[in-house]
Amino acid sequence: MDKKRQLQAPIYSALERFRKQRVVPFDVPGHKRGRGNPELVELLGEKCVSIDVNSMKPLDNLCHPVSVIKEAEELAADAFGAAHAFLMVGGTTSSVQSMVLSACKAGEKIILPRNVHKSVINALVLCGAVPVYIDPKVDKMLGIPLGMELEDVRRAIDEHPDATAVFVNNPTYYGICSDIRSIVELAHSRGMLVLADEAHGTHLYFGQGLPCSAMEAGADMAAVSMHKSGGSLTQSSILLLGPGMNERYVAQIVNLTQTTSASYLLMASLDISRRNLALRGEETFAKVAKMAEYAREEINGIGGYYAYGSELKNGGSIFDFDVTKLAVYTRDIGLAGIEVYDLLRDEYDIQIEFGDISNILAYISIGDRLQDIERLVGALADIKRLYREPKKNVFLAEYIAPTVVTTPQQAFYADKESMPIEKTAGKVCGEFVMCYPPGIPILAPGEQITEKLIDYIRFAQEKGCSMQGPESLDLSRLNVLKEV
Amino acid sequence: MDFWVSEMHTGNVKISIRAERQLFSAQSEFQRLDIFETPEFGKVLTSNGNVIFTEKDEFIYDEMIVHVPMAVHPHVKNVLVLGGGDGGVARELSYYEEIEHIDVVEADQLFVYACREHFPEDANGLDDSRVSMYYEDGLKFLRSRQDAYDLIINDCTDPLGHAAGLFTKEFYGSCFQALHEDGIMVYQHGSPFYAEDEESCRIMHRKAYRSFPVNRVYQAHIPTCPAGYWLFGFASKKYHPLRNLDAKRWRERDIKTRYYTTNLHTGAFMLPRYVEDLLEEEEA
Repeated sequence: MDKKRQLQAPIYSALERFRKQRVVPFDVPGHKRGRGNPELVELLGEKCVSIDVNSMKPLDNLCHPVSVIKEAEELAADAFGAAHAFLMVGGTTSSVQSMVLSACKAGEKIILPRNVHKSVINALVLCGAVPVYIDPKVDKMLGIPLGMELEDVRRAIDEHPDATAVFVNNPTYYGICSDIRSIVELAHSRGMLVLADEAHGTHLYFGQGLPCSAMEAGADMAAVSMHKSGGSLTQSSILLLGPGMNERYVAQIVNLTQTTSASYLLMASLDISRRNLALRGEETFAKVAKMAEYAREEINGIGGYYAYGSELKNGGSIFDFDVTKLAVYTRDIGLAGIEVYDLLRDEYDIQIEFGDISNILAYISIGDRLQDIERLVGALADIKRLYREPKKNVFLAEYIAPTVVTTPQQAFYADKESMPIEKTAGKVCGEFVMCYPPGIPILAPGEQITEKLIDYIRFAQEKGCSMQGPESLDLSRLNVLKEV
Repeated sequence: MDFWVSEMHTGNVKISIRAERQLFSAQSEFQRLDIFETPEFGKVLTSNGNVIFTEKDEFIYDEMIVHVPMAVHPHVKNVLVLGGGDGGVARELSYYEEIEHIDVVEADQLFVYACREHFPEDANGLDDSRVSMYYEDGLKFLRSRQDAYDLIINDCTDPLGHAAGLFTKEFYGSCFQALHEDGIMVYQHGSPFYAEDEESCRIMHRKAYRSFPVNRVYQAHIPTCPAGYWLFGFASKKYHPLRNLDAKRWRERDIKTRYYTTNLHTGAFMLPRYVEDLLEEEEA
């Protein structure tokens, strides 16, 4: 990374120059620097609406960058150690989709862990590729999906030598990393691409002592949620390419679904955040890691909670752990993670990232202060004091291996019928079922429904998890494939 | 010289105090602190531009936050003061001989330094041999204390600033836990008059009311507070602020006050209708 070059922020500078020129707008957007929508100006501020502008010569065009956006992408590539970077404005979902669509065509196989984000399987619906799922080992007590073991990847590659790509979460929502270096080496030796979902991994590129980033490991593509740990605006993202990829082909794929009216607010926020990360990322993430470690110590000191960290590492399914993540196991105080999540919000005015059946996850970032950490710790102590319940029968989490009957695309477009969920065992599911967050599918289109899965869905629902995906909002029914 | 220090009390109301000169300005990890010399209010200390106290009117809240609980609780030995870095509260407490120990917890060392330099009379309160000073986060300090105090005084004023943690449900819960079975906690309750302040006043009452068996609110007139009007909270595990007031005993101590009297004590709990109404709405 060229630190001197990283001082620049070409999109930001171009917007500043543009603002001073006071150009009279006879183009879109129709609010014309906010004049046509005073309420919007009241909400967002003059500065913000004045740079909500359309692509034009001095500001370049995201669909075909030739000047300032091109420079910004080159700077981003340099900062992340990638061969090329695309600024993305459709969320990391769009980055993930572009990776999958670039790597496989209809009927081709892609090897992926089951705990992928729904955007990955949605991409399979779009392109018609066939998923080959790997069992991400599940920690029995914590109930969280882990990483892929190298041996499992090797077996999948041996069984499906015609697969075109291997997909890796780096890290998972909970901060768990697979051995991405070895996976890349293995996949490349068999002619497969490696795609990495780094929605929760922006900081890996800038912090010290953190798990290996996808580009460093030699992966071919990575989807990086700049808006999460990177500090840019919600919905902005970056897609990174390694040296083996054809940048022009990926650009065509990106443009298949990307807006032709990309927001300059999002792009400028990516530009500024990239500069900030390049210049100050190392010290920032050292601070974040220190805060997370402090919170872990204090929370574990309360008793009844388990805030886990690097001690989980096992050389395989937990090859590495991202210490900036703060996940806490709550079942020992007799409360489900989702119950603690609700209490924190409703009773203590603390909003955390999510609660699942056994854990909560608090997102620690660039914007946190120690006194806020004290509030979280204090609230957890108070919840234990006021709401703890006798420890209930522990729901032992296990990996329920999906049986893929047909591709997500075929299932998505097949003729379907709606049935009461309790009668669907044995049928092929036509839609997604997932807890959100974290948005990892329990059932995906094309998979066989089983009694065990129905029990699991009911349990998660009873505990108050927000269930999403199916047409039937209360999940009393499921759309299943009509039997021929 | 036309030098005015202004504080916004709402987006549409500000109070301005003419200043002679600025005595101090520094930025800590938590806040920007400034001290001004003014003809009307004497020295004025501000945090992030908000008046924290002035020489002229600080006696009102120091007295009201200390003597009200002290006239009720029959045997106070151990006291915790949160955010009392200026020493004014410790000074009032030092008049009580039966108090054996006072812990003062202040997160910001710069605040204590600035007060010692410019308000030495208040800061003397911190030099009492019974005072132990802790530079720590209040919530963190409380977390490890159980059944340790007869009285907790939350001297932090701004529920939105760096001490926001001291106006939360977890804070009231931690205080409850840190108090003896007949302990009392008093706290700054803000000003109920302007719409924005009213909301934080309501939220505070909603949380504190549900955390303690006895919870009453009392008032004082403090000129530099928003609308010149300020409330305090009295939360207690056992003693009632009026029924357990021992006026005779307090008067026998012969403490020299300028605001507090035992008559005023009773009157301070008689609130205007609109304040009573908004508090009751939060109790429902």
